[in-house]
Amino acid sequence: MRDPIAEKVKVIQPSGIRKFFDIANQMEEVVSLGVGEPDFDTPWHIRDEGIYSLEKGRTFYTSNSGLMELREEISRYLERKCRVSYNAASQVLITVGGSEAIDLCMRAMLNPGEEVLIPQPSFVSYLPCAVMADGVPVIIELREENQFRLTKQQLLDAITEKTKILVLPFPNNPTGAIMTKEELEEIAQVVIEKDIYVLSDEIYSELTYETGHTSIASLPGMKERTVLINGFSKAYAMTGWRLGYACGPEEIISQMVKLHQFAIMCAPTTSQYAAIEALKNGDEDIEEMRKAYNGRRRYLMHAFHEMGLKCFEPYGAFYVFPCIKEFGMSSEEFASRLLDEEHVAVVPGSAFGDCGDGYLRISYAYSLEDLKVALGRLENFIKRLRDGGRQDG
Amino acid sequence: MREEILTFLEKNSRIDLKELAIILGSDEISIANEISKMEQEKIICGYHTLIDWDKTSKEKTTALIEVRVTPQRGQGFDSIAERIYNYPEVQSVYLISGAYDLLVILEGKTLKEIAGFVSDKLSTLPSVLSTATHFVLKKYKDHGTIFAKKAKDERMLVTP
Repeated sequence: MRDPIAEKVKVIQPSGIRKFFDIANQMEEVVSLGVGEPDFDTPWHIRDEGIYSLEKGRTFYTSNSGLMELREEISRYLERKCRVSYNAASQVLITVGGSEAIDLCMRAMLNPGEEVLIPQPSFVSYLPCAVMADGVPVIIELREENQFRLTKQQLLDAITEKTKILVLPFPNNPTGAIMTKEELEEIAQVVIEKDIYVLSDEIYSELTYETGHTSIASLPGMKERTVLINGFSKAYAMTGWRLGYACGPEEIISQMVKLHQFAIMCAPTTSQYAAIEALKNGDEDIEEMRKAYNGRRRYLMHAFHEMGLKCFEPYGAFYVFPCIKEFGMSSEEFASRLLDEEHVAVVPGSAFGDCGDGYLRISYAYSLEDLKVALGRLENFIKRLRDGGRQDG
Repeated sequence: MREEILTFLEKNSRIDLKELAIILGSDEISIANEISKMEQEKIICGYHTLIDWDKTSKEKTTALIEVRVTPQRGQGFDSIAERIYNYPEVQSVYLISGAYDLLVILEGKTLKEIAGFVSDKLSTLPSVLSTATHFVLKKYKDHGTIFAKKAKDERMLVTP
């Protein structure tokens, strides 16, 4: 029989996270720190609007780009929060989560062989999306000594004449790193000079601590060359609603709409109605959740400090990324043994790129009570490793 | 800082102060000082326990009573409210806008005991014009806490 599978699909590695999920799922009494979604329920007033839209029988398709009212609210929201303005009619596209927007953006923009700069450690989708769009992923390894931020020099070193898109994943999953306005200005300068585009994944934009979020699209000359991707999953605890959006120059968005139209038709209607309510009346919910995350972040950092576990201080998202290099094993081995011996699920840093090896992604999208239990087990494990090490030595 | 401390204490008055200090990015001594100041200023009025009595064998009946009263010259509603809240079986007294004046929350052992309180004590107060008593059949949520809440985390164990 002929091989049914396309070569370019075969070469794509399945997400390393999936493997952990399968193992963890078969165990009992697992305490997880491995989840990449909020522990909060979607605020009730938002769910209520979704329910209301169903009651009213709003069960039809929307326009391909999404409900006009939602696009207008997104436009207002970005103006209010990021000081960048988009035309709701032509520069905003509602997608099925931020993930779809990433895929569409790459497919709309890449010619075969054009390079996509992907800073890692980062979200697992960029690389396969680039490959599926016939692009060539080029990895930029972010370093802990730079607080996992992208530096101007790293960017300059990675750019070739084939470079088309820079993926800018900040606030970052899994490291929790953010980029300040000043640092983004340096990046923007290079981007403009070298005439490349930016895919700015700002899904965690509402979750920054101590300092606010700056969108690279708000910098002079950058709106024209940035596709800003955001969504409702993290800010409003709406992961299951599958709703995100992309904003950018009309010439790019209109092509993305085309792809979206043929593959998806439109984002879920119920979710779109709920999202309008989220944007209109959700600012306080965000604030409350952010305060809770920030408290847990401080708590975790303190706990790691007490355990003597090296960890750079993250200022965004809801992850910490402690370094486990002192134990002399790979992230995967560490995470497997932690799961086996203490029934604690974490995600090995290597799931987010090779340079994530030596780190763990620990999520604090859990109640303090859950965090305490998990940290207790992690501490036992580390103690055992250190004691064992001493005995052997 | 005060409001942040209160937000945590309101949900969990037994929270460890050291832990609270870490969460709020402060130190234990400042937090303890602030709390004791708020106790003195009567901003913090007590540390009670939220109990779902339905799960115990103790019989309890709660009633909400709407009370219409004649306010008194120079004192408004305050003196009649005081007359009412001094009864130990009265849990709460609120002055309410709208169709009636005071909302009295009463806790008794039995329906009969509450009925007795309303007819003998409350209705006979000179400024009370009328009462309407509503018995609580079931408490679903109290002080922001849902009593019958699913505690299970239904998220997948590991997600990107």
